[in-house]
Amino acid sequence: MRADPGLTRHAGRLCEFRNKFKCMEDKVREFLNSSFPGAVIREDNFRAQQSFYIRPEMVVPICEELLSNDALDLKYLSDITSLDWLGLQPEKAGRFEVVYNLYSLTHKYRFFLKVCLPGDNPTVASVSHLWPAAEWLEREVFDMMGIIFDGHPDLSKILTPDELEGHPLRKDFPLTWEQPQFSWNKDQPPEVVK
Amino acid sequence: MGLEEKIPDSIILTTVDKMVNWAHKRSMWPLGFGLACCAIEMISTFAAHFDLARYGMEVMRPSPRQADLMIVSGRVSMKMAPVIKTLYEQMPNPKWVIAMGACAACGGVFNNYAVLQGVDKIIPVDIYVPGCPPRPEQLMDGILKLQEKIDKESIKDRRDEWGEKAG
Amino acid sequence: MTVAERTLTLNMGPQHPSTHGVLRVVLELDGETVVSARPVIGYLHTGIEKTMESKLYHKALPATDRIDYLAPMSNNLGYCLAVEKLMGIEVPEKVKWARVCLAELTRVNSHLVWLGTHALDLGAMSMLLYAFRERELVLDVYEACGGQRMMTSYIRIGGLAHELPGDFDKKVRKIVKVVGERLHDYERLLTKNEIFINRTRGVAVISAEEALSFSLSGPMLRGSGVGHDLRKANPYSGYEHFDFDVAVGTNGDAYDRYLVRLKEIRQSLRIAQQAIDGMPIGPYRAHVPGVVLPPKEDVLYKMESMIFHFKIITEGFKAPFGAVYQAIESPKGELGFYISSDGTNKPHRVRVRPPSFINLASLPRLVEGRLFADVVCAIGSIDIVLGEVDR
Repeated sequence: MRADPGLTRHAGRLCEFRNKFKCMEDKVREFLNSSFPGAVIREDNFRAQQSFYIRPEMVVPICEELLSNDALDLKYLSDITSLDWLGLQPEKAGRFEVVYNLYSLTHKYRFFLKVCLPGDNPTVASVSHLWPAAEWLEREVFDMMGIIFDGHPDLSKILTPDELEGHPLRKDFPLTWEQPQFSWNKDQPPEVVK
Repeated sequence: MGLEEKIPDSIILTTVDKMVNWAHKRSMWPLGFGLACCAIEMISTFAAHFDLARYGMEVMRPSPRQADLMIVSGRVSMKMAPVIKTLYEQMPNPKWVIAMGACAACGGVFNNYAVLQGVDKIIPVDIYVPGCPPRPEQLMDGILKLQEKIDKESIKDRRDEWGEKAG
Repeated sequence: MTVAERTLTLNMGPQHPSTHGVLRVVLELDGETVVSARPVIGYLHTGIEKTMESKLYHKALPATDRIDYLAPMSNNLGYCLAVEKLMGIEVPEKVKWARVCLAELTRVNSHLVWLGTHALDLGAMSMLLYAFRERELVLDVYEACGGQRMMTSYIRIGGLAHELPGDFDKKVRKIVKVVGERLHDYERLLTKNEIFINRTRGVAVISAEEALSFSLSGPMLRGSGVGHDLRKANPYSGYEHFDFDVAVGTNGDAYDRYLVRLKEIRQSLRIAQQAIDGMPIGPYRAHVPGVVLPPKEDVLYKMESMIFHFKIITEGFKAPFGAVYQAIESPKGELGFYISSDGTNKPHRVRVRPPSFINLASLPRLVEGRLFADVVCAIGSIDIVLGEVDR
């Protein structure tokens, strides 16, 4: 069997990758710290991906500033998504996490703005007036995770049927209610998990 | 002397059932709608390479009121289920249903909150075609099996939309 | 209020032949002009993201096939690259080349289906038959590789499911030759066709600035004149070694998107040709014990391989705590996988960044103020796959 140095090679590549974007990382950090002192709670770099955990009320000011900053050119909102940390260690900072995925077309650089929100009544200001793309993305996050976006023009269900109660991607929402029927349980009524 | 010259002034003796079944099975018009992955295989079946027109049933009807075969091609979500039931109810009698693919038959790999675990929970299904997605040959086989099934039907067993026997 | 002043609400779909699945659009019409359009989606919501959370990393892979079912290999590639990034796995060169080749064939496959259905919507029925005829060639390669016509799950974490089939290069060369030649026929059929031009030119126009603010990606963005392609911008899976051009339009209308996609088919064939010509030799799977399944041949004869196989299949592998995002250029646009791990053997959250979903959000902008007949053309030119929109 060949002893493949795959892992070390990959680590080397990640280093190279990180060095390539090092100057962009510094620029973004400097931008955030100088324009919005105290907005960044902590910073994280995992697998050469930069993310900044920011205060929830700073989302809209930072995004507005980014949109008007031509030097950084981080104007492409790639994605908005959300996580539920119920019962896990990061829950201490807030049960929900909203991730804004921003990309620069000129610098080919991607970074993440993350916001931690409390478990009861998670609310964050909407960025749909800055990017029309955010309108549907925020609706999806609201539908699937139940995070409320303040100032959204039409925050309604988008994927799930109207009758469905709850938000499916939350960890306390069961994957399924109905057990499949096999030959060994076909005579019994299907068990319904609530 | 060809058969065609004899037919015009001949009498063919058969039962009404056979006559009706022959007409039904040779002119089945599927409802042209697709749900998910299986719909692409369904289009493949109708397209050039597999060419379902050989069995006289390439006419996809966009309106349920002109169709008599519903091919449920793909996973049925909870949001789509009432729509499918409405479509089925809009189709005139007699009508048949093929559940194409594992998802339509039993939910397939998606045993979760969003997918109906088998379309037979909302409408009666005549033929189940397994596969994820089934090959076009499998769908054709399912359609031929349905034709065999129609051949065995009788008018007096037919029920109207309220479940009452016609005869 | 008189009849002439009143607008008419028209419901299009979810069962409509031109909505490419189960899209529903609620249109408000003033005569023939669209006053407002509101896409209603979710009729194919499958809960794939939630399902993937409940499965081991490698068992979540088959669900990715069913996201964008016209480009299953691209989805496999995106997911596998994301998990490989999370686990820190570097795959052998041969795997990269084979993946690039398959991903480009997938692009050909997806664009052919788009071409056929879009032309069908605009009245060119024969195009559908031609496009599906050529698509069968690509499906033959899929079948030879993974044993399935569509949902192959052939690209696996750390490599491929099996060795490439013996006649792989012969089959790919045939596709490059046949599809390349027949593209000329398509162009003769459509590119100068007056009906087609009248239906598509100047229809569903979106400017570059608006396309960026709507976060469009893929041919939708490139049709508006923004030459952004993730294969060039952030090369993954060895795309930096391939020589190809990025097709860019100018006007941002449906006709330009058609031209962009047609050019992309040509470039994909070019890349597939290069991948076949320069295919390195080597293992078809990375050797990372405990994470990547050992090759099947070893499992049958070697004790430790069998143990690893058993362990990975039954309990999977534990991923480090953290979140990764890997985006690839799928036929529809930027397909991203955001995988968050909580340190266990199942993903804590898998987010798919669906290009069709985000592109579809621009539909009201494309059709409002236009004629009703342009709605069909606009939906077709976005190239949506409802499986990906609703997931």
